[in-house]
Amino acid sequence: MLEELVRTIADMEEELALQVVREFVSGGGDPQQVLDACREAMDLVGKRFEDGEYFLPELMLAGDLLEQISAIVKPLLVGGPQASANTAGTVLIGTVHGDLHDIGKNIVVFMLEVNGYNVIDLGIDVPVEDFVDKVRELKPPVLALSGFLTLAFDSMKETIDALSDAGLRDSLKIMIGGGQVDEAVRSYTNADAFGLNAMDAVSLCRQWLAA
Amino acid sequence: MDEATISKDAEDMARDFDERQKRIDDAIALRRPDRVPIIYYTMFWHASYAGITFKEAMYNYAKVSEVTKKIVLELKPDAVAAPHRATLLGPTMELMGYQQLRWPGHGVGENYSYQYIDREYMKPEEYDDYIEDPGWFYLTRYLPRVAEAFAPMAGLPQPASMQHTRLVYLTRFFTDEVAAGFAQLAKAGREAQVAFDSASEFQVEMAGLGFPMGQMATGPAPYDYFADNMRGSKGIMLDLFRRKDKLLAAMDRATPIILKGLLEMAGQNPCKIVFLPMHWGLDGFMSPDQFKTFFWPHLRKVIVGLIEAGLVPLVLWEGDCTSRLETIADIPAGKAIYWFERTDLFRAKAVLGDVVCLRGNVPASMLNTGTPQDVREYCKKLIEGVGRDGGFILDGGIGIPDEARLENVRAMFQSVRDFSA
Repeated sequence: MLEELVRTIADMEEELALQVVREFVSGGGDPQQVLDACREAMDLVGKRFEDGEYFLPELMLAGDLLEQISAIVKPLLVGGPQASANTAGTVLIGTVHGDLHDIGKNIVVFMLEVNGYNVIDLGIDVPVEDFVDKVRELKPPVLALSGFLTLAFDSMKETIDALSDAGLRDSLKIMIGGGQVDEAVRSYTNADAFGLNAMDAVSLCRQWLAA
Repeated sequence: MDEATISKDAEDMARDFDERQKRIDDAIALRRPDRVPIIYYTMFWHASYAGITFKEAMYNYAKVSEVTKKIVLELKPDAVAAPHRATLLGPTMELMGYQQLRWPGHGVGENYSYQYIDREYMKPEEYDDYIEDPGWFYLTRYLPRVAEAFAPMAGLPQPASMQHTRLVYLTRFFTDEVAAGFAQLAKAGREAQVAFDSASEFQVEMAGLGFPMGQMATGPAPYDYFADNMRGSKGIMLDLFRRKDKLLAAMDRATPIILKGLLEMAGQNPCKIVFLPMHWGLDGFMSPDQFKTFFWPHLRKVIVGLIEAGLVPLVLWEGDCTSRLETIADIPAGKAIYWFERTDLFRAKAVLGDVVCLRGNVPASMLNTGTPQDVREYCKKLIEGVGRDGGFILDGGIGIPDEARLENVRAMFQSVRDFSA
């Protein structure tokens, strides 16, 4: 039954997937196993996205389906869900100040979480000081700065300059992405790398956080 | 100046106008112009150029005209996309209580561009209401959610259901609240007319100085019409799975409405170029199959409808659209402009060179952070590689970015003179 759940989620068969979940838990099945199956399905979704078989709409649907399933099974978990398996490393992320766009950032968050990273999302229009304070407090190995508008080039640069001035830059890998970001912007902002899509963010984290 | 000099000047300006217009027309028709044309387009760069705030650029009609005129006389583009209608929105938006944008003084700082708020303005179960009667849906559901002045209209019944004695009782729905809403809209309308007139006056002034307009009317792809402004980006992506038939039927309904609106807007204006910026159909945002089902067929109807009416669709393909090139080649040849932001123009030329005039695409990053030498080299490559045999208009990826360095913009405009004259 759980193989069926993995398959239906991965194949975007929303109604069927929800039906399987309802039947499984009403028959006394272990809700934790449902969450484990979801994780397995999300791995498949991520892989298909990586392979160019899936695109943003599939990620959106998978994310929404995951929320619906969690809403069904989480109240049934005795003692809450087991500790998150997101142990691949911590990534701090946010959209830089002046920019209110969050779709690209949210997709990156989703893909990083699916791939086992612990993501801390500071939201949109994040002031420079908030990034500096959070980096100081949490000491994440990776910071991801998002921005859609061209004004974000300067906001990214200011944020990274402030981290350098605060002596926090050396132990931190910084990636930027969104909108018109390219190698010229990477060089201008002094980031370590830029990404064109959510998979680039995952690849960079894999590269930077490899044990 | 004596009269003879003035009329000589006017003759020169008229000749300049015709020369520039011909250059653009030749590029569109895929003929080889005397040199590669370049069009001036920006959202807020004129504010950076003149040292005024973005807020002022959204509120001060005369200032925007004055500053843009100064820029045009310096850069001498072959056509001007006047920033008026896309940016001089502040006073009217305040009066109508507009909700879909944050703008300087209203949610973003004085020197930031206005930004669109991506959210759900039409509920998933409302597709049927739209399909049944888009006008009524707009007036009583959509508009009340996106502008405060329309809020009282939410209580209006479907008037087309009323006749005879019931028609008499229809009047009771036109309450004092509705009247107040209309009164507020009339205030906003008077302000919008001032803004509109400033754009029209600017067009006349530019023509007198020898510069045609680069675009006038603006409209969406039918998919973006629902994605951007009604369902929100997440909502519409879920609809691709959950409500695909409704979405397709709603787009069928919207397409002739969008086209009709554009034909009315373009009207008798001497500028025939109609701007269609694309947002949610680019690579990565949907699969090639989804693009062929949900995006292209309805957009194509708009494009072809405009062409049949003697207008020139200017389609801005944001992001990277490489995987779309073969699909979007299916339009009448020599009648439109495809403007690419990040798509490789050399590849686009190979696929679309016999079909459509290409425009673009000096990267925003280069204009904002590079050197004039970088810009010259990049433009030279485009002019010689993509523009050699015509069918090409030079521009930035999305025009001139708000923060572009002046010397880089100058280098871009100089390059058409240096490398293709």
